[in-house]
Amino acid sequence: MEAVFDRPHALCDVPTHYCPGCTHGIIHRLIAEVLDELDIEGDTVGVCPVGCSVMAYDYFGCDMIEAPHGRAPAVATGVKRASPDKVVFTYQGDGDLAAIGTCETVHAAARRENITVIFINNTTYGMTGGQMAPTTIPGQITQTSPYGRDTAMQGYPIKICEMLAAVDGTAFVQRVSADSVPHILEAKKAIRKAFENQLNGIGFSLVEVLSTCPTNWGMTPSAAMERIRKELIPYYPLGIYKDISNQSK
Amino acid sequence: MERLLMKGNEALAEAAIRAGCKCFFGYPITPQTEISAYFAKNMPKRNGVFLQAESEIAAVNMVLGASAAGVRAMTSSSSPGISLKSEGISYLAASDLPCVIVNVQRGGPGLGGIQPSQSDYFQAVKAAGHGDFHLIVYAPASVQETVDMTYLAFENADRYRMPVMILSDGLLGQMMEPVSFPDTEIKLPEKEWACTGHKHRRTHNIINSLYLQPDMLEKSVNDRFMRYERVKSECTLSEEYLCSDADIVVTAFGASARIARSAVDSARKKGIRAGLFRPKTLYPFPETELKASCRNASAVLCTEMNMGQMVYDIRLILENTLPVEFYGRTGGNIPSPEDILTQIEKMNRRIKGGALSGSSI
Repeated sequence: MEAVFDRPHALCDVPTHYCPGCTHGIIHRLIAEVLDELDIEGDTVGVCPVGCSVMAYDYFGCDMIEAPHGRAPAVATGVKRASPDKVVFTYQGDGDLAAIGTCETVHAAARRENITVIFINNTTYGMTGGQMAPTTIPGQITQTSPYGRDTAMQGYPIKICEMLAAVDGTAFVQRVSADSVPHILEAKKAIRKAFENQLNGIGFSLVEVLSTCPTNWGMTPSAAMERIRKELIPYYPLGIYKDISNQSK
Repeated sequence: MERLLMKGNEALAEAAIRAGCKCFFGYPITPQTEISAYFAKNMPKRNGVFLQAESEIAAVNMVLGASAAGVRAMTSSSSPGISLKSEGISYLAASDLPCVIVNVQRGGPGLGGIQPSQSDYFQAVKAAGHGDFHLIVYAPASVQETVDMTYLAFENADRYRMPVMILSDGLLGQMMEPVSFPDTEIKLPEKEWACTGHKHRRTHNIINSLYLQPDMLEKSVNDRFMRYERVKSECTLSEEYLCSDADIVVTAFGASARIARSAVDSARKKGIRAGLFRPKTLYPFPETELKASCRNASAVLCTEMNMGQMVYDIRLILENTLPVEFYGRTGGNIPSPEDILTQIEKMNRRIKGGALSGSSI
């Protein structure tokens, strides 16, 4: 019988440690499908820093580096500068990319570093048990905003796509969502483009994926998907925020 | 061999390029900036990478990436910048990644000053970052030795898969001396562990420092410490000067040792049997060699440009068999040979008067 659906080659055949219903699995698969389709697994180096995805080195079939918290864009810069012929991507959560690693993120973009960044925004620090993240929306209850994020006390979320679109060096930045089939197909296209941009020498390309954390949100997986649609997409609108890939280099 | 007059910092950078350094990542800070500037000028012409990072933290993590990709990489800074790099240094050590880190020390703590100091001995030797690990630490005392140790640093970083520090200071970095570069041909070792893309010809390589199982973490640390035993037996370097009959052994490293040597010469002229012991590697510390140098001594004087840091190691190694005293200046002040001679003379008078004796301790 002909197999019509299978595990992508670039995704290792191992159990993951992710919680049931978490969207990391979907996004891992999308990246692995892109590595397969572009036939680049053997030339790719992935960088996963501290956070829920810290053990992704066991899940992706390409060479992998585990980086310190927030430093993945700097580590990826080192790899790419040392080996410009390699495809280099980072896979970072919101605490990692938008708090402790903001500096590395903004400057990698400003240098138009020719790397691909996959940014998982689930509005919380998942690995440490659900604390307030730089992307936690106003009013959201977390372990460290137990009365809801109060903007008078705890300030405002950082909108990474909007911010990076204002950086001259950024080549491509798009926000997508993992909540539904149409959005997941859109996410796949964005991720593929972010890798193709690197192969074409276009430069710093970031895809933000709105994601769930059912465990720390205290929701069922389906209610968590619903929350993306009802609360997150209105606050973090989907779309392409910058794209220079069609301009002459 | 051609002799050139070069500044310590620039000679170090030139030696690194000749030793096969492919990538340099840095951030401006006095008094090491000439290293970055030299790389900025020369790397584009010599097939290398120079990149000024957005922070010391980013620079050391770029080194981590380049090292993981299998090339020779380095960063340099001065004291406050090394504190910022310490997170990355710990990860480099824990991931068994070779690299070279240069600290052109200045006065501290805090922002301190920009004049020469040796007050990062503890940091370099005992606590370069969190966790159980060591760096090989070279302490050059001249521009020529800075060059020679830079070659050694890259070679041994690769051989033992560990970060190596060159602990220079503002004095050695800024002064000019004649120097020559060895003609040795550099053979870069194969790095089958590096992240170079597996091309579907091997399983994927992983560079990692996370071990959630205590037994696995303990094993990885134990394996690393087994390697440190090899480093101790194969890499330890020291110099002794007039120690065979020395009654007073002066211990000093780096720039301090140059000053101490002048003081020892002056003491000898005055009939005091003084000698100098100089560790050239601070980790591994030349323990056996220190004991041998003190074989006929009545007392030891440790001189440093700090408030007394290496002196703790000298006392530990000599295990209270000899009185060990300390003299130092700090804050960017450099002791004069006369200052140290005065200390040697005082010590000598107390020994002769019976007030200072090894046998009584």
